[in-house]
Amino acid sequence: MKFKVLKKPPVQGYKSFLTTLFSVIIALLISGAFLMLVDVNPISAYKDMLIESLGSFYGLTETLVKTTPLILCGLGVAVAFRMQLWNIGAEGQLYMGAFGASLVALHLNVESHFVMITLMFLSSIFFGGLWALIPGALKAIYNVNETIVTLLMNYIAILWVDFLVYGAWKDPKGFNFPLSAEFSSAARLSEYFDTRLHTGFFIALVCALIVYLLIEKTIWGYEIKVIGSNSKAAAYAGINIKKNIMLVMFISGALSAIAGFSELAGVQHRLQHAISPGYGYTAIIIAWLAKRSALGVVLVSFLMGVLFVGGDSMQIYYQLPVAMVSVFQGLILFSLIVAEFFKEHKIIMVKQQ
Amino acid sequence: MSSCILKIENITKSFAGFIANKNVNLEIFEGEIHTILGENGAGKSTLMNILTGLYRPDSGNIYINGTRVNIKSPKDALNYKIGMVHQHFMLVNNISVFENLLLSMKLDSFVINERKLKSKVKEILREFELDIDIEMPVWKLSIGQQQWVELIKLLIRDSKILILDEPTAVLTPQESEFLFTFLTKLKSQNKAIIFISHKMKEVMTLSDKVTILKKGETVKTLNRGEFDEQLLAELMISNKEHLKLEKSAKVFSKQILKIKNLNVKNDKGLSDLSDFSLELFEGEILGIAGITGNGQKALAEVLTGLKKPLSGQIIVNDQDITYSTSKSKYISGIAHIPEDRKTMGIAPDLSVDENLILKNYSSDKFTNFFFLNKEKIKQNAREQIEKYSIKMGYDGIPVRLLSGGNIQKVIIARELSENPLILVALYPTRGLDVGSAEYVHQVILDSREKGMSTILISEDLDELLKISDRIAVMFRGKNMGYLSPESATKTEIGLLMSGKK
Amino acid sequence: MISIIIDATIRAGTSILYATLGEIIIERSGIINLGIEGLMLIGALSGFYTTYTTGSLFLGVISAVLIAGIAGLIHGILCTYFKGNQIVSGLALTMFGIGITAVLGKKMVGQTIEGFKRIEIPFLSKIPVIGNSIFNQDILVYLSIVLVFVITFVLYKTVWGLNLRTVGENPYAADVAGINVTAYKLWATFIGSGLAGLGGAYLSLAYTPLWIENMSAGRGWIAVALVIFASWSCKRALFGAYFFGGISAIQLRLQAMGTTISAHILQMLPYIFTIVVLIIATIKLEKGYSSQPESLGLVYDREDRK
Repeated sequence: MKFKVLKKPPVQGYKSFLTTLFSVIIALLISGAFLMLVDVNPISAYKDMLIESLGSFYGLTETLVKTTPLILCGLGVAVAFRMQLWNIGAEGQLYMGAFGASLVALHLNVESHFVMITLMFLSSIFFGGLWALIPGALKAIYNVNETIVTLLMNYIAILWVDFLVYGAWKDPKGFNFPLSAEFSSAARLSEYFDTRLHTGFFIALVCALIVYLLIEKTIWGYEIKVIGSNSKAAAYAGINIKKNIMLVMFISGALSAIAGFSELAGVQHRLQHAISPGYGYTAIIIAWLAKRSALGVVLVSFLMGVLFVGGDSMQIYYQLPVAMVSVFQGLILFSLIVAEFFKEHKIIMVKQQ
Repeated sequence: MSSCILKIENITKSFAGFIANKNVNLEIFEGEIHTILGENGAGKSTLMNILTGLYRPDSGNIYINGTRVNIKSPKDALNYKIGMVHQHFMLVNNISVFENLLLSMKLDSFVINERKLKSKVKEILREFELDIDIEMPVWKLSIGQQQWVELIKLLIRDSKILILDEPTAVLTPQESEFLFTFLTKLKSQNKAIIFISHKMKEVMTLSDKVTILKKGETVKTLNRGEFDEQLLAELMISNKEHLKLEKSAKVFSKQILKIKNLNVKNDKGLSDLSDFSLELFEGEILGIAGITGNGQKALAEVLTGLKKPLSGQIIVNDQDITYSTSKSKYISGIAHIPEDRKTMGIAPDLSVDENLILKNYSSDKFTNFFFLNKEKIKQNAREQIEKYSIKMGYDGIPVRLLSGGNIQKVIIARELSENPLILVALYPTRGLDVGSAEYVHQVILDSREKGMSTILISEDLDELLKISDRIAVMFRGKNMGYLSPESATKTEIGLLMSGKK
Repeated sequence: MISIIIDATIRAGTSILYATLGEIIIERSGIINLGIEGLMLIGALSGFYTTYTTGSLFLGVISAVLIAGIAGLIHGILCTYFKGNQIVSGLALTMFGIGITAVLGKKMVGQTIEGFKRIEIPFLSKIPVIGNSIFNQDILVYLSIVLVFVITFVLYKTVWGLNLRTVGENPYAADVAGINVTAYKLWATFIGSGLAGLGGAYLSLAYTPLWIENMSAGRGWIAVALVIFASWSCKRALFGAYFFGGISAIQLRLQAMGTTISAHILQMLPYIFTIVVLIIATIKLEKGYSSQPESLGLVYDREDRK
């Protein structure tokens, strides 16, 4: 008996979705094996994860709170992926967005809630967008590998925020913890249903809608799709690739920056050390799983939100580090690659002659 | 009587969806040049890839010297002394000729003994009276020289069965002559040569035997003396109904395009075009002959705005458009069928509808303010698909899943949709089957009737002689002069192609 | 003073050097491995854990190389047999590596081992100024320098190296020459990942003999960038790695001297310099004939030819 790999027409529609789901399940099974290695019963752990994240109204809203930055970063990464730009710097762009929002919230004395929030929003877009524009411009002008630059810039952005919260911006009343002073109430987004669910979630949904319209319905979206599909064809069609690389990187960074704004104005109400448990990295998986579509990003972000809330519960109940979420994520990506392969190939057994 | 060195029995190979080889049978003897003749898509390359171990057949047997063998990988093929010069050369550009040759030598020690091996290579070169600088990196060689490196690799391996896949496509007629003499010499050393071609003339002069493949099946094997051009053509071409190409007689008076002393350099700083000049008249089909790599691509790219010239002028209808962008050149009436359909002509993941507006997507016809007008794009697609009878699997199918001929139709439909003044067509029929190729010729001739001028860049002299009004020859970025297709001979064109006036 | 900085430079550069050499070997086969960061952590933890339980530094190094090599093979297999996207797969490997070492390494936090000792080379170490800083290092430092020359020799002077380079440049040519493309890619990924793991183990067994969560701190990414800077040459990688070692050495030195510049700003320096160097290297690369392996990042499929 021997195995033989054959190509087949690509699987489409709901079957394609099923393979994706299947790969998530496989990833959970393998993670289960690792959980057993550290003496955690995976079945009860997964059950607790689900109960915690979806088992109650409060749990559900908590999941949506985590979903919010994921949608925004996911959209940012997805927009860049559309053009084959490997922006894996969403984490740093989120931090720079948070920095931009705090800069306004901490230093401008504005009474009006609306004006304050608008200024914070714009400032975060400005800094996050520019942060991503740096690798974008380097890519467009000198063809510098954007994957490495965006990634290295994450470290710089995080250190920059640390520099502020350990130094100049440290709250004098904060018992020497690495955090800034609290934002004024004008600088906070409204919360709903007596939970932590805040306006940021709706901002994220609106962003998803806008990204969808931009990419799928506009002339500019068409250009982006052509570049992403074949940049030589784009040049041949007279599309300005350099300009679009920079524009897309700016938008991509701005979206992740909005996540930073929303986290601070909606949840944390101050700038502090480690504001993100890796939303920006998770965004890469979201964009990939969602096949770069805006609607897909929303759905997959919710799934990852469940994982994050569940991950928190594992930390509380089983003393597991939050990094367990990274294990899941890595494994999901691995099994997704295998699943993608089986969408276009099949393996048959042949008898040796 | 020489012996049957290779026997192919009932080989079948299918790819997702279509059958490339169906019950193919073939016998190759020592000391013969055996031509495999067939249209594009007849299954020649697939069969050869099976022989060299790149593809595994679904069923069928292969015998070498009477013993059944199982060629599972290229390594097996090499062990059975089967060697091939591929159409896309299997060379490593970044390393030297010597290192490339090393890949085909049996190296028994782990560490490479450079001095010993170099002298061995030089010995082989002397034996076959070949001259090539083995220290040069491959990318610095001309395409013709690169092909020789490929051939030397087979000689070093002492291959008994040599397969050459359309080797003359990249050679001038004179270079081809030299190759043929060399092949005849190899034949006298009892090697079996499988020669793949669809150029009737050279098949006639060179072959001891011809096997014709059609739609993946063997039609017939004929011995020298049993075939003539007429017979081979009839056996090879599936559709006997030839489209009769009719060309009206025309007098050309109005000059529409003038290129003056154009200079273009490539990324490596070498000249692609040097003092290139050209004139084109309204309604004319100007054929451009030349070996690939003599500046044709740069010419097309400069004309269509993809590349900026260093100096010189391009004048269309008395307007200087030398430095306009590709978009404004398209608007001013220059359409472009690019060399490589799949890597340049289409956005492969987008639908046919979307690809049909690649050049004019921002025109008012298809947009409302910032938004695309899906309704009108669909309408446009319906019209073009009907007009050019583009065949696609289902609505919204990504273009990459279409056949080569249909992809070319999508490109042509799009390029001609704005009624351009000038069409720059690079190898528009390369890799198409005869039917599709004739269709392309027909479309170009129809547009000629409507007054469009065409620059037809091709390496197929038959094609150029068939439809051009005038032929210009390119060599090392220069225009070597014009010829009339009625009076010019292939020898004349060939001399110009190799730079001899 | 100079002597101390040279010493710190070499020690800080060594782990990056191992990782860079590893990535060079992998990329020479045509595969990009963005999982280096994760592999370094896997190597660091497995090395530390093995040494902690067995007391043997030698076994620690062996297990770091083997386990990181095997983890890297996941990437290799996904990029060959499963034709996966190399960037996604590499990122997945980094995520997995960061996560799994944090989870499994929890028990090791705060434990100590006896790390590698310095070995003084007679006579040479007596050279004034540089002698004691260059020729009084631990065995892993010496090994890394030896490897630079060994790998260079193997790549350019042996059949294995020629075949590997051919696979990375033009896998089709390699295939028709009878070279087993997949096997070479997998071996390169295994060896290269093992070296990245050794780079990680250098951190946990020699540099700071401890296990700290996420202790590679971006060195894996710096290594990936250095490969481009080094234009895929091992000797230039040595230079690059020590350059970065030098920057972190100076940075640490400044901190130790109680400078007023914030530690956070100083910690940014290696990343900023990596980006600057990457830009310069890329501009140079774009101008000349690229030494980047031609098939880098592409999936090889024998039946999927033009």
